[in-house]
Amino acid sequence: MDWTNLILIPAVKAIVLIVVLLTGFAYLTWFERKVVGRFQLRYGPNRAGKFGLGHPIADALKMIFKEEIIPGHVDKILYVLGPALAIAPALAIFAVVPVGPDLMLFGQKIPMVVADVNIGLLYVLAIAGVGTYGVILGGWASNNKYSLLGALRTSAQMLSYELPMGIMLIAILLMTGTLSLVQIVNQTLPWYFRVWILLAFPFYFTTVLAETNRSPFDLPETENELVAGFQTEYGGIKFALYYMTEYLHMIAASGVVVTLFFGGWRGPFVAQVPFLGLIYFAIKVLAMIFLFIWVRTSLPRVRYDQLLKFCWTFLFPMSLIYMAITAVVVVLL
Amino acid sequence: MFLFIVFAAIAVVAALGVILSRKPVYSALFLLLNFATLAAMYILLQAQFLAAVQIIVYAGAIVVLFLFVVMLIGGGELGPGDRETSRQGAALRSLVSLSNGLPKGDKETRKQGDAATSLASPHGSAAPRLRGSLALVLAVLLLAAVGYGLVTGHLFPVQGNAAAFGQGSVEAIGAALYTDYLLPFELTSVLLLVGMVGAVVLAKNEG
Repeated sequence: MDWTNLILIPAVKAIVLIVVLLTGFAYLTWFERKVVGRFQLRYGPNRAGKFGLGHPIADALKMIFKEEIIPGHVDKILYVLGPALAIAPALAIFAVVPVGPDLMLFGQKIPMVVADVNIGLLYVLAIAGVGTYGVILGGWASNNKYSLLGALRTSAQMLSYELPMGIMLIAILLMTGTLSLVQIVNQTLPWYFRVWILLAFPFYFTTVLAETNRSPFDLPETENELVAGFQTEYGGIKFALYYMTEYLHMIAASGVVVTLFFGGWRGPFVAQVPFLGLIYFAIKVLAMIFLFIWVRTSLPRVRYDQLLKFCWTFLFPMSLIYMAITAVVVVLL
Repeated sequence: MFLFIVFAAIAVVAALGVILSRKPVYSALFLLLNFATLAAMYILLQAQFLAAVQIIVYAGAIVVLFLFVVMLIGGGELGPGDRETSRQGAALRSLVSLSNGLPKGDKETRKQGDAATSLASPHGSAAPRLRGSLALVLAVLLLAAVGYGLVTGHLFPVQGNAAAFGQGSVEAIGAALYTDYLLPFELTSVLLLVGMVGAVVLAKNEG
């Protein structure tokens, strides 16, 4: 019994999660191409299969069977380590995000989260911070000036935007009083706190865009000035890993945002039919991802100096003010 | 116990890697590995919060900054002949900077104080003498705080207080930091602020 609870169930959950995430990634590329196509008055991919649903499979096969090339001028160890270090944290972030209420399966109560650690939020921050290394190492190991510039931009961008993000998380932590994402979803906050948290959403979402290197903050790979930034020298499956990382970050960030701001898996009738929680969570995450893509197709990329200036002169002070007000209100109430 | 030995071994190997690597980038990465194993050991000790902070602060920020600097400066490989000369060169350079720094030290501390006060009055309208004396007062206050802590014993660990840290939970550590260890905590933050202001001053005006 102990053995099932300690090893078997978490292992199964982790495997299911990874499979879902990877499939989700594949169809996210399809979803993004479709949505962007519609925004630009095109049809988007529609050749392979019904509605072009075969495109992700074709893409995956193409990437896997491409010839593996390691350019001669790169630092071989770090060149291979880069994509691996990028993808592992991206997959690991989701471990602390609850995707649904406890379900009864095979006569056992199974919480729909891989690991309910009591430092969930800090775990998210830590793993996201480690994710920077994949990009930095890849860019440096490529031994190419475009890659290096992309990597340098990444490190500055990620470090800068982690600050307002962390401070806003502190403010939310002050209101929820717990770091565990499971408890954050389970507890009921008074309505004024909910509204106040929602007020922070636009700012938080901006930092998330920067942390996931999504447009309009995709400076690390600015194709019209840096070729492809840090991933210029990558091809085949290693390129695919970087590509996956970006989308997995998007999914994970959406999951965290939904958990913090929009009540996670909560919705009508979840108490009666717990399984609905999973569906609500998926819908909310999908809506958030749509927001990512919407921003991408609507806004032009910012310049590098604008990016950093915006962070340090606007977001950072704003988040400090937000945190200060929150702290005062929490103490007074 | 078994896990501890594994992590300890990795930590030692990583630490050796830091000082034996020929490329600065590899040194930084071994340092990262070392920090990661330290975090793993904290988890073995049930100190999850410390582990997370270890990763966030050291792995997430400090080593990234190291890499940033290494990339900006170039970070080429040290040749076999480079080794001795560069070491001697570094020693020499640090000696020179030390001897340069000694007479300037007084001036620099004053400058840091200046910056602290000029933050209060951004246009620097106050007379230099006034700013200097204000900096002196602040420094004396800081020293007085340290002295007070030393005399009353607030700067020393509270005896038999290991239980206060509970299971290394966030609540327990927070409570301990803001009650028993309030003075050292605040002094450290002031110290960090002074360091930050000093760095800004040194970077801003070279003269």
